[in-house]
Amino acid sequence: MSTLHAPSHTAAGTSLLERLHGWAITVDHKRLGIMYVVAALLFFVVGGLEAAAMRLQLIKPMNDFLTPQGFNQMFTMHGTTMVFLVGMPMLAGFGNFLVPLMIGARDMAFPRLNAFGFWLFLLGGLLLYFSWIGGDGLYGAGGAPDVGWFAYSPLTSKTFSRGNSTDYWILGIMVSGFGSLSAAINFVTTILCMRCPGMTLMRMPLMVWMMLVVGFLVLVALPVLTAAQVMLLLDRSLGAHFFDPQQAGSALLWQHLFWFFGHPEVYILILPGFGFVSEIVPVFSRKVIFGYTLMVAATVGIGFISLGVWAHHMFVVGLPPWLNALFAASTFLISVPTGIKIFNWIATMWGGRIRFDTPMLYCTGFLGMFVIGGLTGIMLAAVPFTTQLSDSYFVVGHFHYVLFGGLVFAILGAVTYWFPKATGRMMDEGLGRWSFWLILLGFNLVFLPMHFSGMLGMPRRIYTYQPDRGWEMWNLVTTAGVPVQMLGVAVFVWNMIRSSLKGPVAGDDPWDAWTLEWATSSPPPEHNFDRIPTCTSARPLWDRKHPDDPDCHYE
Amino acid sequence: MNAATAQPDTWRPSRGKVGMACLIFMESLFFSGFIIAYLFYIGKSAVGPWPRDVLELKPVLVNSVALLSSSFTVVAAVRALERGRMEAMKFWLLATIGLGAWFLWGTWSEWRGLIEDKGLTIATNLFGTTFYSLVGFHAFHVFAGLLALGTILLLGVLGRLKPRRDTIRFELISWYWHFVDVVWIFVFTTVYIVGMRP
Repeated sequence: MSTLHAPSHTAAGTSLLERLHGWAITVDHKRLGIMYVVAALLFFVVGGLEAAAMRLQLIKPMNDFLTPQGFNQMFTMHGTTMVFLVGMPMLAGFGNFLVPLMIGARDMAFPRLNAFGFWLFLLGGLLLYFSWIGGDGLYGAGGAPDVGWFAYSPLTSKTFSRGNSTDYWILGIMVSGFGSLSAAINFVTTILCMRCPGMTLMRMPLMVWMMLVVGFLVLVALPVLTAAQVMLLLDRSLGAHFFDPQQAGSALLWQHLFWFFGHPEVYILILPGFGFVSEIVPVFSRKVIFGYTLMVAATVGIGFISLGVWAHHMFVVGLPPWLNALFAASTFLISVPTGIKIFNWIATMWGGRIRFDTPMLYCTGFLGMFVIGGLTGIMLAAVPFTTQLSDSYFVVGHFHYVLFGGLVFAILGAVTYWFPKATGRMMDEGLGRWSFWLILLGFNLVFLPMHFSGMLGMPRRIYTYQPDRGWEMWNLVTTAGVPVQMLGVAVFVWNMIRSSLKGPVAGDDPWDAWTLEWATSSPPPEHNFDRIPTCTSARPLWDRKHPDDPDCHYE
Repeated sequence: MNAATAQPDTWRPSRGKVGMACLIFMESLFFSGFIIAYLFYIGKSAVGPWPRDVLELKPVLVNSVALLSSSFTVVAAVRALERGRMEAMKFWLLATIGLGAWFLWGTWSEWRGLIEDKGLTIATNLFGTTFYSLVGFHAFHVFAGLLALGTILLLGVLGRLKPRRDTIRFELISWYWHFVDVVWIFVFTTVYIVGMRP
């Protein structure tokens, strides 16, 4: 791991302790980015094991691998971990590593705030997992949180959630949320204030545009979640009545506040994935991204519309029909800019000289899987359809196609693509292919059958089921896919470790790419660029490589 | 090769201003959550006391005048620092802190009356729950602002403030102070005007 954890030019002649100390006190955006990604990968493995435990429980009817309460804890911790401790830090990590390099800056706008944010995120994650030890509290009841990742009221009230488990859920998410907020402030400020000379907003790499919109969305959505969590904390510790129906408090208010955060959160997670794909697809198709301006417009459009769709998570709550209709309409509307992006990526590939290296494989997989998840999303936007299938496995299948088939595929592609920049070494192509095909196969084995078990009426979050419902086969196939997927992830992680030690030396620009992060050495020096670059077009490195035919002539 | 292109644009906004604007933006979303909860629960308490029975407008109006006028004194302090007039800066800054502290003292005495005489706590009913959390978080932000202003005053007394270097920093803190004032206008409207209607 030494290569991964310390660039070679600083590693020589320092002890392990000194090097670890160097990582602990660093304010370098690249090191913080790598720490974010590594921590997120660790939580990814933990969250994956929790999912595997659930699948083992559901492999056959009336199984008793997990207790009912243990099952509740598993799906709560799995969801919370994957959203807050994998998705968010993964994106903060890539954003941290890439944004300053891509815009030709020496660091983020506020490096110390940046380090503070990372350690807050880690503290929040550890707080959440400490609940397994400390959640019992004085009651001797509890353990890990078991209220679902969206912690619906009144399940979270003192009456139904004894002990301290829910308090750990609140505090862990709140603290890591402060980390995300400081990262968001940093992203917006860095992107607006630190761009190198010549890099106008409309010359920024699309990844940077996505991070700008993500930063804005975090600043809008997360404080509302924090406010709701503070209210819940006041309810639980000071006897306030925000979500206490006995004192005329409203369980519905929690749902509104939570989903006002929760739906933009989905786009906070997926937009950086769009950014990865928008960077990788053009390079491996050897073409300029199709419709750059439209991509930017679609991103900004998604950012705004995503703030007005939250109640589609509440179609079966009993809101007035006109409100349901309104939110159904806005949800249909948001599929338009998303569809524009899909068509733009396909149009970028169209007629290109496509190189199917591992990053491109993952991006192609992303396109297919994300379209499936998007289409089931449009189905679920229809109120009558959701009335039938809400809280069924169909929904679980849908959002895993979006977040695993979409986001995780994009992240794995991004790891493979930027690994040489971060470590100076290439990842192994053969192992990369193996991991891709294993994960693709395992993923579809796990999540495709969920659509069918869901349509056959299997509800989410049940810890077991009767044998005669016709769900056995689908559940068996779903669980059978788990080891395939785990093997794929294991191959990927092994590839990362092995390549960081023994991979072939990458050089500055192994993919023949066009954005500024490839204009410096691999790994980049602490100050990123010896001379701050000047940007002449949306593909500054192309201009430098082809002085006879630069892009700036066509802008 | 690239010399043909026009001079690259180099103007960028100030990091501090954008960062503080982001902080204020996100804080206002935080307060929106509590204001929405307050509006949502107006008149829905299961038991008394009710706002019109216990809230007194007059002392709050006086406190509001104190807090809002501190926005003007802080501007005067920033201008004084900009011109290098340190004594005037300290005077106006001390006035700002005094007005802010007055406001906090007003909140404290209002709460004491409510809790001890009227028996309204955060656990009494929905009105108490939403009232103490909204007004309390605002008061907490005033307190945080006072800490920041107090730090500047301390630096000023120690002679560590340099007008050219520190005016922008002080100005950013004053932005935060203005924000706390503006939030109070919303809180006041919500609690003492909208919430008091029969």
